[in-house]
Amino acid sequence: MIRSHVLICGGTGCTSSGSVALKEALASELKAKGLDEEVKIVMTGCFGLCALGPIMIVYPDGTFYSRVTINDIPEIVDEHLLKGRIVDRLVYNDTTVEVEEGAHISLNDTTFYKKQKRVALRNCGVINPEVVDEYIAMDGYQALGKVLTEMSPAQVIQLMKDSGLRGRGGGGFPTGMKWDFAAKSVSDKKYVVCNADEGDPGAFMDRSVLEGDPHAVIEAMAIAGYAIGADEGYIYVRAEYPIAIKRLTIAIAQAREYGLLGKDIFSTSFNFDIQLRFGAGAFVCGEETALLTSIEGNRGEPRPRPPFPAVKGLFGQPTIINNVETFANIPQIILKGAEWFASMGTEKSKGTKVFALGGKITHTGLVEIPMGTTLREIVEEIGGGVPNGKKFKAAQTGGPSGGCIPASHIDTPIDYDNLIAIGSMMGSGGLIVMDEDNCMVDIAKFFLEFTVDESCGKCTPCRIGTRRMLELLTKITNGNGTLEDIDHLEELAKHIKATALCGLGQTAPNPVLSTLRYFRDEYIAHVVEKRCPAGVCKNLVSYEIVADKCKGCTACRRACPVGAISGEVKQSHIIDKNKCIKCGVCVTKCKFDAIIRK
Amino acid sequence: MKTLAELAALRDKMKDKVALREGTGEKRIVVGMATCGIAAGARPVLNAFVVAINEAGLTGNVTVTQTGCIGICQYEPVVEVYESGKEKVTYVKMTSEKAQKVIEEHIKGGRPVKEYTIGEIKH
Ligand SMILES: Cc1cc2nc3c(=O)[nH]c(=O)nc-3n(C[C@H](O)[C@H](O)[C@H](O)COP(=O)(O)O)c2cc1C
Ligand code: SF4
Ligand code: SF4
Repeated sequence: MIRSHVLICGGTGCTSSGSVALKEALASELKAKGLDEEVKIVMTGCFGLCALGPIMIVYPDGTFYSRVTINDIPEIVDEHLLKGRIVDRLVYNDTTVEVEEGAHISLNDTTFYKKQKRVALRNCGVINPEVVDEYIAMDGYQALGKVLTEMSPAQVIQLMKDSGLRGRGGGGFPTGMKWDFAAKSVSDKKYVVCNADEGDPGAFMDRSVLEGDPHAVIEAMAIAGYAIGADEGYIYVRAEYPIAIKRLTIAIAQAREYGLLGKDIFSTSFNFDIQLRFGAGAFVCGEETALLTSIEGNRGEPRPRPPFPAVKGLFGQPTIINNVETFANIPQIILKGAEWFASMGTEKSKGTKVFALGGKITHTGLVEIPMGTTLREIVEEIGGGVPNGKKFKAAQTGGPSGGCIPASHIDTPIDYDNLIAIGSMMGSGGLIVMDEDNCMVDIAKFFLEFTVDESCGKCTPCRIGTRRMLELLTKITNGNGTLEDIDHLEELAKHIKATALCGLGQTAPNPVLSTLRYFRDEYIAHVVEKRCPAGVCKNLVSYEIVADKCKGCTACRRACPVGAISGEVKQSHIIDKNKCIKCGVCVTKCKFDAIIRK
Repeated sequence: MKTLAELAALRDKMKDKVALREGTGEKRIVVGMATCGIAAGARPVLNAFVVAINEAGLTGNVTVTQTGCIGICQYEPVVEVYESGKEKVTYVKMTSEKAQKVIEEHIKGGRPVKEYTIGEIKH
C-alpha cells in the first residue's frame, strides 16, 4: 500500500539538470530497500522554481528538496522515506522556517509561492501529465461534460464573455468576443487552433503548461469547438519542445481511448478531434495568420487582416486561434463560474497571468500571479530580489515586442492596460529583470537583432527599416553615433510601427522607443561623452591600472587571456590597450582594487 | 466513457490516490521510525496504519508520516496522533493489531485508546 508520493519535476528545466536519471536512481534504491510497494514516484510538470532544479517534493509531509543529485538518493531513501527524518541540507531554505514540533511549513507558505495564485498552472507539479486518470481526479473533463450536457453554445460564449478572460498570447483580445465572431460565421466546417509556438526569447510558460497539464488544453479546445461549432482542432507546437510534444501525443491518445475526443462525446452528437502540427521555430509563425498559413503547408508568412481568422481562417474556414495559457484557464472558468474568475485581477484584466522570470533575479522560474500584482511584489518578494546586492534598474516585459519598465514604475499594478500606458506590453509573459550592470542601449540592440533575424521579409518597413535601426544602434554602441542618429532612430521607429504589415514589424521598435523614453540619458552618454555608463559596450570602455594602488602581485598578468598586461613582481603593472580585449577578468583578480574600468 | 456519471465515478476512485499530495490532513499520525523504532517493529505498524486509512477511505483527512527518534526508546514503536486544537496523544509499544483499534476508536470515533497511551503504560 502506497504511503508516500515522491514528485519529481519532469519539466524541461529539471530534465536538463538530470531529473530523469534521478528518477531511475530513486526507483532502484527503493527496490533495493524493499520500499517500492510503499513509495510511489510521480514525474510531474514544472513546479516553477527552475533555478533550483532538479526539484523533488515528498508527500504527505510536503518536503521540498532542491538541487538533488544522484548521490543524495541513498540518504533520502534511508533517512526520509524509511525513517522519516528530513534531509535538512537539501531542503529549499525558505521551508526551514521554525515550526511547532511534529508540524511543517507547507510549500504554499514560502515567499515564492505565497503570493502566487495558480489557475493555469494548478496541476503543474501536482499530477503526472502522462496519466489521464490523475487529471480526471483533479476534476478533469468535468467542464467538457457539463458544457455538452447542460449548456448551449451561446451560454458557453456568454460565460466566457462574463468572465472577462483576455487572450494570454500577447494581444489581450477578449476571448468570449473572439468565439462569438467565429460562432456567428456561417459555415459547415470550422476549426479551433491552439497557438503553442511560444517564440519570445526566454519565455516558457506555454511549454510548462503543455508539459505539466496537457489535458487541460485538450479539454478546453473541445469546449471551444462546441461553442463555435467546430469538429477539428490543431495544436501548433514548436519542434524544439520534444517533451511537450511527447506528452501531448500521449494525452491525445488517452483522450481518444476514453472517448473524450472522437465521435459522440458523452453520448451527445458532438464530435471533436485534435491533430498536432510542428513549427520549425520561426518567431513570425507565432503570429496568427502566419501560423495558419504554415499549418496549410505553405511558407509561414503573415497575411493582411481583415479578413480575420474568425471569418476566414484555416483553409479559408472560420477559425479561432487561442494561446495555450488562455485555453488552460477555460475548464476552471466553466466549473467555478465567470464570477469566480472575474473576482481575481483588475477592472479590465481578470484572472491571473503566468510569467517566466529571468535575468538578474534570485528565483528564475515560473510564477502565476493575480493581475494587478505590482512589479515590486514580483521582483522583490516572489522573485527573491536582485542578486549580489545590485540595484534593480528595469524589467522587460513582452520580449522583443515589448518595452522596459523602469524602477520609477515598479509599483505599477501589472495588467494589460497599465503596461501599455507606460510604454510596454503584457506580451506572452516573459519578464526579464535588469540591474545597474545592464546597458539599456545594448538591451534595445539585443532585441532588435532578434527581430531583424526573425523578420519574414514580406514587407519593406520591417525588412529594411529594422535593419537600418540596428545599424544606427550599432553605430551608437560603437561610439560613432551623433545626436541626429538618435532623432533618426526615433523617427524610423514611428514609421515602422505605423506601416509594417504584421505585429512583428509593428512592435519591433518598442524596445528602442521605451528605452529612449526612460533612459535617453544613456543614449546621450554614448554619443556625446562616448561613454557607456554601465560599462557594457566594449568600444566605449577601457581598463587601466592605477599605479599607486598596484602592488605588483602579478595576479592580473597571469589571468589575462591575451597577455595584455606586463610588469615585474612588486612593480606596478600596465595594460597594453591595443592588445586588451576588454574581458574584465583582470578586475576580478586584483585584490587591491587597482584596476578600473572607464 | 460515455456519461458524466462514469467520469464522476472514475474521479472519485482516483481522488484518494492523489489526496496524499494535497498536503496535511486534519489529523496526523506520526510513527517513530528511528533505528530503535524500526528494530522494535515500527515498519509493520506504519504499514498497518497506511492500509487501514486507505481501506477506511480516509486518505484525504488523515496523514500518515514517520519521524525520527522521539527519545523514549524503551517504549518503541511509538505513534503520535496530532489533531488541530487538541492535545497530542502518544501511543507506545504499538503493534499492527493495536493500530486497528486506534483507527476505529480514536481516528474514526474521536476517543483516544487510553490503555495504549504513554501515561497508562508507564504506570
Ligand atoms: C510576431 C508575433 C509572434 C507571436 N507569437 C505568439 C506566440 O508565440 N504564441 C501565442 O500564443 N501568440 C503569439 N502571437 C499572438 C497571436 O498572433 C495571436 O494573437 C494569439 O495566438 C491569439 O490567442 P489569444 O487571444 O488566446 O492570446 C504572436 C503575434 C505576433 C505578431
Ligand atoms: S512586418 Fe515583418 S514579419 Fe510581418 S509581414 Fe512584414 S516583414 Fe514579415
Ligand atoms: S580586460 Fe581582459 S584582456 Fe584586458 S587587460 Fe584585463 S584581463 Fe587582459
